[in-house]
Amino acid sequence: MAGNRAASIDPDSLSWYEATARQRVLALTDPGSFREFLPPTERRMSPHLPLFDLPRAFDDGIVVGRARLDGAPILIAAQEGRFMGGAFGEVHGAKLVGLLRAALELKPKAVLILFDTGGVRLQEANAGETAIAETMRAIVDARAAGIPVIGLIGGRAGCYGGGGLIAGTCSRLAVSEGGRISVSGPEVIETNKGAEEFDSRDRALVWRTMGGKHRRLTGGADAFCADTVSAFRKAALALVGRAPAFDLQTLEAEQARLEARIDQFGDCRDAADVWARLGVNDPESVPAMDTGAFDETVARSPEADHDAR
Amino acid sequence: MTLAEILASLFPQGHAVAVRDGLVTGTGPFAGGQMHVVGVDGDTPLGVDGALVLSRVVLDAVRASDRAPILVAVDSDSQRMSRRDELLGLNECLAHLAKAILLADRSGHPTIGLIYGHSAAGAFIATALATRVLAALPGAHPSVMDLPSVARVTKLPLDKLKDMAKSTPVFAPGLDNMVATGAVHVVLEPNLSLEAQIRALIDGMSAGDVRDRLGEERGGRPVARAIAAAIADQARLG
Repeated sequence: MAGNRAASIDPDSLSWYEATARQRVLALTDPGSFREFLPPTERRMSPHLPLFDLPRAFDDGIVVGRARLDGAPILIAAQEGRFMGGAFGEVHGAKLVGLLRAALELKPKAVLILFDTGGVRLQEANAGETAIAETMRAIVDARAAGIPVIGLIGGRAGCYGGGGLIAGTCSRLAVSEGGRISVSGPEVIETNKGAEEFDSRDRALVWRTMGGKHRRLTGGADAFCADTVSAFRKAALALVGRAPAFDLQTLEAEQARLEARIDQFGDCRDAADVWARLGVNDPESVPAMDTGAFDETVARSPEADHDAR
Repeated sequence: MTLAEILASLFPQGHAVAVRDGLVTGTGPFAGGQMHVVGVDGDTPLGVDGALVLSRVVLDAVRASDRAPILVAVDSDSQRMSRRDELLGLNECLAHLAKAILLADRSGHPTIGLIYGHSAAGAFIATALATRVLAALPGAHPSVMDLPSVARVTKLPLDKLKDMAKSTPVFAPGLDNMVATGAVHVVLEPNLSLEAQIRALIDGMSAGDVRDRLGEERGGRPVARAIAAAIADQARLG
């Protein structure tokens, strides 16, 4: 059984980036506590992929269910970046929407979303796009009911397209070095605007512009994790306890925060320029910093911590 | 219809709605009170700067507590695709705009989207798709991605995709397909008063998110509603 195998994996050594969605869920939550909704045995697969002669997944690339985190009941969703890039299709999106709607009734301690997505699944583009809009509305409803919605980002596919907008709707975000958050992906920008605008083969540029460290330093994420499941668990527990309310005050604070960011950094060409202006002593050294050194750098960044999301 | 024609039909007594750098903001007299208008005109891409201009107007309306309707009128490109926008956190700025519209809705402002031209991807999600009810005018052409780009990504011949698009609304661009998925609630009649039609939409608004039910009824999203309901049922069983 996959469950037994995953339960024997040490969360301290299991790489978030390398793990599957199901491994992440099982190792993140309290042992034996996870119950999946519409599990693969029910075979609720995409009705559309056969039209494109594409293989389907029994779970349509997302695992959803309930579990316990440090004893408290939570709802949890995890995207599988290895299936269709974790992209939102009709079934995939509807599973997340259904989970978030259930939160309103069940009042869990939190909803965790383990993002690993390239955005909308193009073969089901209209359904995926609509599901993303439904997800954002459902997150806002859950937050307004006092339920924190926490996003965890560190998977292979990153968090792109509509996934980036959903992430921006969450109460709090934890990200690892490997997590990338962005709307347009590097290839999309290059295809539309040319390699002079964004050279997608320049991986260092991708990490600097969209990666976890830049997002954390500028307040685009609220915690930075080492690439282990236990680090994400610790971050999730801490973030649940300090989720901002969803109200006018929070959004006015976010408006001020984002306007100030554009005023301050709007003329920067590169992330290193932003980091220098944030007061980072040696901005060129940021990409190579280990988690400890980076945490110290974050502690000195005025933009990193806020209740404005 | 052009934005000017729309505003004339919506506000026969005149209005104070202006377009600057492709961004639409202002108010007009409506149903004995006023209506706020925000939006994007002229196939303009939506970037970090524009998103924050629009969200500021929406949050100002919420703070005023006038419960006046907010119209989100859209003829946009996709999100602005640039290194600068992503460096500055475009995902946060677009999500912020959507959250402002969703907060307005929760705060008693009826929110109505009106797509009268193009819109796509992140710009569509952050604006029109964040409203409670989304109307369209004939000739509008929302899309997630154009067919040539879909062909490139899916590695399928364009001709085959064009054929498939005729029978499968779930992936093909266009207004009819977005109506079929339930994202667009209704297509308005351009020759009748938009004021009357939008008043009727506001009067008939339902409380929850009905888009998956519409998608099921119209056949554009055959399983989404049932899947979401099945998840909620299994969650309830405990």
